[in-house]
Amino acid sequence: MACFLVPTAEAVVTTVMTKVIESKEKTKLPEEKAENEISVDASVKIPLSRKMKWLNNMLWGGSALLAFEHVWHGEVVPYFPFLTAAGDPASAAEMLHEMATAGVLMAVLVTAVWGCMVVTADYLAKKASQAGKVEEK
Amino acid sequence: MTLLTTVAAAIICTILWYRNLPGNEMRLGTLSLMFWGASVMWFVDAIFGYMEDGMAFFNPDLSDMLNEFYLGLSVVSLGLIIWLVILLIKDPRGVLKKALFGKSSK
Repeated sequence: MACFLVPTAEAVVTTVMTKVIESKEKTKLPEEKAENEISVDASVKIPLSRKMKWLNNMLWGGSALLAFEHVWHGEVVPYFPFLTAAGDPASAAEMLHEMATAGVLMAVLVTAVWGCMVVTADYLAKKASQAGKVEEK
Repeated sequence: MTLLTTVAAAIICTILWYRNLPGNEMRLGTLSLMFWGASVMWFVDAIFGYMEDGMAFFNPDLSDMLNEFYLGLSVVSLGLIIWLVILLIKDPRGVLKKALFGKSSK
């Protein structure tokens, strides 16, 4: 009915967070360069903003394609109130229930998958860094 | 059927992305993440469908299956269109800017 709205809301929040993190990283990098603190580990480390972009792509892409499915099934219309279920109170209650169950689970599962990706990527980066150090020795 | 179509598209895109590594000029990573995100969401939809319909969820009518497959193909087409728009706007190789304005983005 409108379950895609929950991941869309999360996507808005994570996109804003990404922009903030990105600007912080940009201001932080010249400071580190000046202090000559960049180590081999730092160059291998994946920036958080890049990881956040993976989540953004999953959330925005998934929400857009799911929204299209809702248009296909006539649950989203191009005129007010845009969601057909919002027309009468009984359907609206059902819609809110679906958002609270399926919608929230979608957002949680996508975030969990992203979390697994981040852990794996960090592990691989750490492994690559250690392999580089061994080769240097 | 929509879930299966999207998962198949996600797998194909991931294989293509892996084959093109370490380069990411075609932004195939973005496309595969889009399809994976949609796949996860439809998987949740499938769980709720199974909870509602039980075993009947696995035995859909042929017409329903065809309709869902048609929807899956439309979803994949929309995903490809979104990816193409992102690719043309970002123009990672700068070829579009060069062709339009006669100078590279670098």
